[in-house]
Amino acid sequence: MDNKEIILNVEKLNTTFISDRKEIKIVKDVSFQVRRGKTLAVVGESGCGKSVTMNSIMRFTGKNAIVKADSIQYNALKDGKVTEYHLESIKEPNGPEMRALRGPDMSMVFQDPMSSLNPVYKVGDQVAEGLLQHNKGMKKDEARQKVLEMFRKLGIPDPEERIDCYPHQFSGGMKQRVVIAIAMICNPELIICDEPTTALDVTIQAQIMDLLKELQLKEGKSIILITHNMGLVAEMADEVCVMYMGRVVEFGSLEDLFDRTSHPYTRALLRSVPVLGLADGQKLETIPGATPNPADLKGGCEFADRCSECMERCREKTIPMFEISPGHRVRCLKFDSYPEVD
Amino acid sequence: MSTENKEIIFKIRNLQTWFPITKGFMKKVVGHVKAVDDVSLDVYKGETLGIVGESGCGKSTFGKTVMMLEKPTGGQVLFNYDGEYKDITKFNKEEMFEFRKKVQMVFQDPYSALNPQKKIYSSFEEPLKTHGITSQEEREKMMQRVLKMVNIQPDYLLRYPHEFSGGQRQRLCIARALEVMPEVLICDEPVSALDVSIQAQVLNLMKEIQQELNLTYLFIAHDLSVVQYMSDRIMVMYLGKIVEVADSRALYEEPLHPYTKALLSAIPVADIHNKKQRQILEGEVPSPIHKPSGCAFRNRCPHCMDICKEQDPALRYHGKEGHMVACHLYDGKESGDSE
Repeated sequence: MDNKEIILNVEKLNTTFISDRKEIKIVKDVSFQVRRGKTLAVVGESGCGKSVTMNSIMRFTGKNAIVKADSIQYNALKDGKVTEYHLESIKEPNGPEMRALRGPDMSMVFQDPMSSLNPVYKVGDQVAEGLLQHNKGMKKDEARQKVLEMFRKLGIPDPEERIDCYPHQFSGGMKQRVVIAIAMICNPELIICDEPTTALDVTIQAQIMDLLKELQLKEGKSIILITHNMGLVAEMADEVCVMYMGRVVEFGSLEDLFDRTSHPYTRALLRSVPVLGLADGQKLETIPGATPNPADLKGGCEFADRCSECMERCREKTIPMFEISPGHRVRCLKFDSYPEVD
Repeated sequence: MSTENKEIIFKIRNLQTWFPITKGFMKKVVGHVKAVDDVSLDVYKGETLGIVGESGCGKSTFGKTVMMLEKPTGGQVLFNYDGEYKDITKFNKEEMFEFRKKVQMVFQDPYSALNPQKKIYSSFEEPLKTHGITSQEEREKMMQRVLKMVNIQPDYLLRYPHEFSGGQRQRLCIARALEVMPEVLICDEPVSALDVSIQAQVLNLMKEIQQELNLTYLFIAHDLSVVQYMSDRIMVMYLGKIVEVADSRALYEEPLHPYTKALLSAIPVADIHNKKQRQILEGEVPSPIHKPSGCAFRNRCPHCMDICKEQDPALRYHGKEGHMVACHLYDGKESGDSE
């Protein structure tokens, strides 16, 4: 696939945190692609490294993190022309190059709308900040008009009044709309949504998800959706990337993941969630044990201790990725007859 | 399951928990937050009653009020003492103390429900000491009994809470609640702080324990699919009121109230071939201080009629046995067995 189709290509991303002079690998050899105008869902339990992966790409990791990657290539498409950016070679995480990209090209929506807004600034000013930052010489009035326009687009009622309100005057769902407005105001091509609705009620979640879908259909945005809700994945995603303990364990199209589920972890994840309309007396399947501590992982497959199909050789060495059909990759020795990729 | 011939453990009548809003130096009461507003319901022995609703609908306050952790401002809660119903809202201190042994609570966040400075042993010993078990030998025997029930090794008693994972901690909280051999367990969002793979473990365990001890659960959660998995009957709340009560299967298959329908359709389904038609609710839950007149749901309801603005619909039987709904759409269509 060429650069026009792929908006983000990540190859062998590794993030290590230094804690107590020990190095703890949190993200290990993560590779994935995001297609332009499509949604990639990144799924996994808490602590599996899905948020750290995205923060590493955006360079939001703290000072005790070491981010290394073979390639993080972002392909901007402006007026039919593709510009390549190699994020892995940018040295300063908060230098001018990175800052120029955040906002107009890629932006992020965080999980908790209650804590991602500054309580002492008016919401309108917080949304306009990015606009004024990236367009030197823009008048405040002009920025205000753009914010109003964005509020209207996102369905915030009475924008003229609400623009001068403080975050505490907004409900959770409305705050999340403001956070989305901040992410969208500079018209980015790629939006990374880190559990955007986990803190919200289901009815509000449905509203926000519809809004994201609409933005994608109308303006062709590419979305990375981080979640642990398989239901949301089924409704939103075009491609799915399942992570466990810092590794991608399965990657494929939505159909690959749901109809041809291959990794034991993905299967367990799908079966352990209660769904509406289970037959009486039907029991949920459980995954035994708990996620291990990343500091004391042994070699071999990370899922081995909790896997029902674990074999002797699963514990020997790091499991490679196998491509079982075009685009569908699984990190499990059950599929070692297929070609190895990485 | 049939609701006939079943022993009622709780008779809740017109229960009301209003929080006053005060203003100024004199603390003048200027209004009320009607967290629980005129709720009447029977809870049967041995069943799981699920309570669902969006945040702020009063489901947690309802759970706390049933246990008298929150003092009701009106109404009665009758508890079954071997066939005799006593109103627990009128209990004095001693009676309350005895009542606490019958009804226990499991809270949402297992990380804050265990004292981090105490070993599990002391956290577990305390309720037994309080309830007058003086011999240490007997206390240890009881602790080991409950730990075995939740599949935690007895020697873990000498550990501190931080040495346990979230799922283990929630199992410990359940075990501690079971120590005094209660008849009813009120679970306020017991799995919402846990990871998906751990949720299933805790839910299955809770089901097993219920069968073993013939417990009654009041299961409060915002996740309808979790509630449906756990419950025999489900009560849907909206702004402090019951809008629908039904058998868990009936609620899923034939929801009657427009709010229940919307709530069900908002849940994302992990099925890529049967994508359902969504019915998205406009707006958000109104403030419980300024409730709309008439039916509280009317400004978000797709079927709002004139009568909804004036009259608050009463909870009436409709359709299958035991199915109750509070909606004007079903006016004049009640089934015969109404109270």
